[in-house]
Amino acid sequence: MSASPEAADGHHTNYVKIWAILLVLLVISVLGPLLGHRTLTLVTAFGIAGVKAYIVAAHFMHLKTELKIASYILVTMVALMVLLFMGVSPDVMKHDGRNWNNDAAKAETHRAESAHSAAGAEH
Amino acid sequence: MKPIATTRSATGIPTGRLALWWVVGSEIVIFGGLLASYIMHRIGHPEFGDYAAHTNTWAGALNTFVLLTSSLFAVLAHQAAEKGDGRKAHRFLWYTIGGAVTFLVVKGFEWTHEIHQGYTITANAFWSFYYTAAGLHGLHVIAGAIVMGVVAHKAKRNEELQRVELVGIYWHFVDIVWIFLFPLLYIAK
Repeated sequence: MSASPEAADGHHTNYVKIWAILLVLLVISVLGPLLGHRTLTLVTAFGIAGVKAYIVAAHFMHLKTELKIASYILVTMVALMVLLFMGVSPDVMKHDGRNWNNDAAKAETHRAESAHSAAGAEH
Repeated sequence: MKPIATTRSATGIPTGRLALWWVVGSEIVIFGGLLASYIMHRIGHPEFGDYAAHTNTWAGALNTFVLLTSSLFAVLAHQAAEKGDGRKAHRFLWYTIGGAVTFLVVKGFEWTHEIHQGYTITANAFWSFYYTAAGLHGLHVIAGAIVMGVVAHKAKRNEELQRVELVGIYWHFVDIVWIFLFPLLYIAK
């Protein structure tokens, strides 16, 4: 039976150092989007979120040293979510198709943009 | 007698810890479904960016700092438990609970301000997602803090120390969910 992954790995792990790295990444993820560059925002906000999540999972949850079956369980669940996204997203992200129209979504987007423009004109 | 949670295993992982991985797996489906729906709508509705401009990035960043720090305390509690030091584990678990309370207080101030501004759960689809996702996450924070209190109580007497690791795994997952909620709700404007 597998002992605790912490027992196998943790006595030598400097958790405070890992925490400090996470804080540096947090600062970058907040400051990066302030520059207003779209690609930079995506990379610093979402790319770094992925890196932070990996570090927490690998070192704090000890997935790095846990038996592989635990990672397989989690990856399977994430894969199911990706499948859900791929199956449903075209209907939600697009507001019309070859034989259909999402009038409610179009109307809401139009209403919100009109309200935003009106608010901008007032200021 | 040693508990079944630490002695029985079909996969090589003790039953208690394997059960926790299944809990985390099911939580991925719960939060994953919610976040996948949010991302679809965020891409399909450019106006979400205007609504997100009203969320407080600094409050979100502060709460990210609080949860990352509480995760550090949770893993230090686990390290202490591995060494059989229940009192130290108890202390670190209470520091983690302190992080949970701080997180909820910041969230409370944030929500109060937003509701006073008229941004309620029924204002539009963005705010519905915002309160549902952050609210569901907040419920997990409350649940984690309560369970951690129970585990800490036992740990102080050096009892059931294996539970320190289990509640820690759950807590780190709650932290990871927030790591993704933060850019989605506070940064992508």
